[in-house]
Formats: sequence, structure tokens, C-alpha cells
Amino acid sequence: MEISGAEIIVNTLIDQGVDTIFGYPGGAVLNIYDALYDYEDEIRHIMTSHEQGAAHAADGYARSTGKTGVVLATSGPGATNLVTGIATAFMDSIPMVCLTGNVAQPLIGKDSFQEIYITGITMPITKHNFVVRDVSELANVIREAFRIANTGRKGPVLIDIPKDVTAAKWTYEKRDPVSVKPKPFTDRAAIRTVADVINEAKRPVIYAGGGVTSGNAHMALRALIQKASIPACNTIMGIGILGCEDELSMGMVGMHGRVSTNYAIENADLVLAIGVRFSDRVALNTGHYAPHAKIVHIDIDASEIGKNVAVDYDLVGDVQSILQSLLPHIEAQERRPWVAQINTWRELDYKPADDDNSIRPHQVVRTIAEIAGEQAIIVTDVGQHQMWAAQYCGRTEPRSFLTSGGLGTMGYGYGAAIGAKVANPDRPVVLITGDGSFHMNMNECPTAVSCGLNLITVVMNNKALGMPRQWQHYLYNDRYACSDFIRATDYVKLAEAFGAEGYRCTNIGDFRAAFETASKSAKPVIIECVIDPNEQVLPMIPAGGTIEDLILE
Amino acid sequence: MGEKKLEVLSVLVNNNYGVLTRISSLFGRRGYNIDSLTVSNTDDPAISRITITVQGDPHEVEQIVAQTLKLEEVREINVLKPLHSVMREIVLVKVRANAQNRSQIREVAEIYKASVVDLSPTSMIIELTGKPTKINAFIRVMEEFDIVEMCRTGITAMPRNNVEEIIRG
Repeated sequence: MEISGAEIIVNTLIDQGVDTIFGYPGGAVLNIYDALYDYEDEIRHIMTSHEQGAAHAADGYARSTGKTGVVLATSGPGATNLVTGIATAFMDSIPMVCLTGNVAQPLIGKDSFQEIYITGITMPITKHNFVVRDVSELANVIREAFRIANTGRKGPVLIDIPKDVTAAKWTYEKRDPVSVKPKPFTDRAAIRTVADVINEAKRPVIYAGGGVTSGNAHMALRALIQKASIPACNTIMGIGILGCEDELSMGMVGMHGRVSTNYAIENADLVLAIGVRFSDRVALNTGHYAPHAKIVHIDIDASEIGKNVAVDYDLVGDVQSILQSLLPHIEAQERRPWVAQINTWRELDYKPADDDNSIRPHQVVRTIAEIAGEQAIIVTDVGQHQMWAAQYCGRTEPRSFLTSGGLGTMGYGYGAAIGAKVANPDRPVVLITGDGSFHMNMNECPTAVSCGLNLITVVMNNKALGMPRQWQHYLYNDRYACSDFIRATDYVKLAEAFGAEGYRCTNIGDFRAAFETASKSAKPVIIECVIDPNEQVLPMIPAGGTIEDLILE
Repeated sequence: MGEKKLEVLSVLVNNNYGVLTRISSLFGRRGYNIDSLTVSNTDDPAISRITITVQGDPHEVEQIVAQTLKLEEVREINVLKPLHSVMREIVLVKVRANAQNRSQIREVAEIYKASVVDLSPTSMIIELTGKPTKINAFIRVMEEFDIVEMCRTGITAMPRNNVEEIIRG
């Protein structure tokens, strides 16, 4: 039987296991929305306030579940509004399928109303993109998009569909999704070589990141850490993969990573880099990265090997399979002297003092982690609050800390939190944000209200654009150019105006009470925490610096 | 970092709409410099061959290959070794020529087995096909005359046999 292109889209999505999509209607996608109307029971459509919010929501859905996020937008501005969201997902290797409508083919190339060449615009920020020119290709292109998004290093794929293609009719055959199971790693010689290197190392360190999460390899990683007693640290993208804090779990590395962790890398004789890409926020000075260490790089993407830092050994493939193959060849060791050495460095770690008369950022994050519990998903925007959240959130499982690590997208948080909450209705979802980021995409609060999501937003309000201000403090002689806000936003009234609940706190006791109340609410809640603009994210190693440039006060 | 060298990459791609844009967008984004680029048909209408000449040290070239291979439309990349491949280029050189120096220019052209493809009272156009080194040498000699315009196609190339250093996506 022949059905319309729009119905083919909806049917193919259902066959791919999609039950939720995020989007915003418009002229060029009305055929698709008309088809969605008939499939309301099978596909839930979450309509956001802005397409950017929809893209971040699909991203948050994907990050928190491991499934593919799907977003739908109309042509022209609808499509361009997705761009930041797609780039955010691309930089962090998040699987997404983005559907955009376009004007009908006879109108393409004529500068028609709401026409944009979105495939050209998104070429550098997608794994691949498609224009569907004929309805007969539609189902296969969608299937292919899901395959590409989930194969190898994951990422977003965009499909642009002219309106006449969604109207045209074609036959549809149900088909199961293709398996995207990663290939097992089979190079035994390489495994043995690396195992020998690990077994001989006296001062090894594991540096692990988002690739462990997307490769579902955290259990294999933990087994390796335990068996060989290798102290391990994580990037911001790898928060949660190491599990509970203990002697071998050193927390975050990099620009705002722990002092002891950065000392460990500095003095290591072996760095095992797993599912990471030596970004400039971790390998701050590539000419001086782990100067005494041999480096082993394990990653699924061959183009990451040697891209930023030259490595001595590499294993390219599925991280889980590689770690599982390595484990039997790894000798059980205790490495007491090295672990003890790291423990002495821990005494140098930055320990902020509590203050019960005000609100200190670390206390906010620790209070949230304590009340919301291990099950909670913490989402952030970008800036100082993001680093404080990363430092003190204490997540023990992957996919429980969602943040824009690579692109650093202010305004990512609210949309992502909606996506996470829609996907995990039974888990607490807390957005930690700053007043700068919050103002960028607070327009998604009404989305949370209309979906009835108990999403708690904690705004750390320092009346400033904290991270630029911090750099201006340390690097620009306190010349605070355009980093102090002169705004009069009343967050409590704002929340109420949107139909949410709002609280304002000026000391940590009030915050605890407000957060406990918020946790029991059925509505979205916004809690404003007034913090001192001179709070800094510490420790800090400035961009391009080394451990010698460490700032602790 | 090793020495910067000219490398010739023979890239087989799906002959789809926009494939050239994808390659040039990637090179632009990553800051790789293209010396020349040619696109040609192959015996299979579904596949095109893009021959790219790039400048880079061995590490950079390795990165260029690895990043290019990630494009969905790229099927395989062959890093061509000059000794084991055939590389050809065409150049058209228009020089100012009159009755006095016409035969002198023709003599040079004959030495290089180039052909005169156009002649006017004030100029002539010479065509030469050959290895890039031969083209370079020819142009150097022609510079002794008054070159009005010049146009090189860029390298098109093929490995002599298909067994070595093919990297598949």
C-alpha cells in the first residue's frame, strides 16, 4: 500500500525504536506533523519554545539514555536554530538524527520564503547529512542516518526533506534497525604489547573520558583499575565512569582538575588514555604533556591518534572490547609506593572552606548531590557553575552528568535537562546553571511547565559572567569589561509568571530547605542562589600552561 | 615534526551531490592546504576519483588521510608514491609571440614534445602533458618569454598496481 512521505518518516522512526521526538512545527514540516497526529500513541512529540531548545533536549535525551535523540524542525530559521544544538552534539559525539523540512523542490534555489541550504550549513558539524530528493529514498535514508549516528564514533546526522517529498506517495515496508554492534578487537599482538607496557609501569595513570561512556566500557575500565591498581582520573565528559571516590579514583583532570591528579599525570611513567582526545582543556600544553610518560591511546576514532599529542602505542577500536581483551593479560599488582605518593599529593588539593552565613558554590553542589542522591541526573550550562558542578557533583555512574564539554554552549542546560527528564521521569533531574547561561535559554521553562516536569533549576547568581570575569581577574588586571550584569531579574516572579515555582536563597541553610521543598514539588522549580562575584573556580591552570602555572587562590 | 613534502592523495568517493564540498569543507575547517585538486570519472559511474595534492609533514598527511577517511562518501584513499604511480598534468601557456620569436618558441616546445594549439599574430598557446616535474621545468623555460596567461589542470594520478597502501574507510 502506498502512503505519504510524511507517514513513511513516522513509520520508519517507530521501526527504529523512537518513542519521543523534540521539535517545533512550521510550514515546511506540516505534512510530517499531520502524520504525527495519527501516531500520537506511539511517538510522543515534545514541543519546545525554540528549536535550539529542542536540539539540546534531543541531545539530553541521548546522553542520559544512550539512545539516539531525534529532533524535528521546519525550514529556514527552524533549521538554522538547530545549528548550535547540532554542533554541541557533534563536539561531544552524541548520536542524534535531525530532521528538517525544506521548501518544495521547484522552489529550491529561488531564495523562497524560509528556504535555507541547511545541508551546506551543517556539513562541518554533522557526521553526515542528506537531502532526500525522492520519496522512494526516504525510508532508507532515515535508516542509514540512524546507522551512521551510532556507528564508530557517534554523532549527529541531519536529513533535509523538501515538502513535496513528504507529500508524495510510495510503498513502505517495515524493516528492523540494522545492528550497530561494534566489531570485536582482534589484534592480539597489539594487546600483548600494551599489556606488557602496563605490567612494567611503576607509575601508571589512567586518563579516561566520554569514549568510555559512549562505548559502554565503564565496568571493564573499573575492572582494569582494580586489578592493576592504576590510579585513574576522568575528563569532564567522563564524569561518573570511575564510580565511587576511593584511593584509585582521582577525580577530574585538566584546567580545573585536582592538583593531585595533575601532579600524577606530570610524574607518571605511563599514561593510559582511554576514550579521550587530549583536548586543550586537559593537555593544556601539548609540548609538555606527561613529560616522563609513555602514552598509550585507546579510542574508536583512528583520526584521534596523534592528533593533539604524539603517542607511543595505540589501540583503535571498540573501547569495551579492547579493555576486555587486555584484562586477562594484566598482572594483579598493588603499586603501593605510587598510590601512597598520590595520597601525599592529595594534601595539596584545593579545599574550599564552608561558610554557613552565605552561599558558597561547592556547598550548593554538595547539597544538591546529597539531597537529590546517586540516582539524580545533574545537567549544567557553561561557565563557573559548570566547573563547580563537575568538581563536587560526586556522580558514580556514567550518563548522570550532562554538560557541553567540547563546544561549551551556554544555554545548553535547560533544553538538555528537559530531554533528560522526559527520558527518565522517575529520576531527579537538576539543572545547575549561572545567571548568564540561564538568561540564554530560560525560555524553555514554559516547556517544562507544559510537560509537567519536576525539573529543579539552581541558578548560581553572581550578577556576573563569571568565567570571563575570572579570567579578567587573573589575566587582565581586574579590568572587568562587559562581565558584570546590570539586570533586575526577579527569579521568583519569573518562575511564577511561567507557571513554575521560585525561591531565592542567600544562605546555605535556606538553600537546603528550598531544595528539599523543590524535590517534592510536581512542578518545575527555579531556585536562585545569591553568590559572591569574587568566587573563583580553583584550582586553575591557565590555557597553554603547565602545573608550574597552577593558581590556588 | 618531519619535513614538509608535497603528497598526492588519490581518493575514491561516491559520486554523490555535494561530495566535493564535503572534502573542501573538511580541508578548510582543519586548515589543510590544497595545492591542487582534480575530480574525474572512473570506470564505475557511481564512483569518482578526487586527486588532491597537499603540503605537509608526515604527521600532517597522516591526519589529513585519517580525517578524510571519516567522511561517509569516501571509499578509499591511496597515498601515491611517485615511483609506483603515474602522475600527469596538462598545462596551457599563452606567450606573446611575433614573427621574430615564433620559431624560437616552437623549438623549445618541440624539445619538450609540447604542441602549439593556437596561433595569432601576437601570441601562441602551447599545450604540454607530463609529470609535474616536467611541467615545472617547461614553465621555467617559457618564463624567458613573455607569458600572458597560464593554466595548469592539477595532478591526475593512478597507482601502477593496486596492492599498496590503500586505506579503506
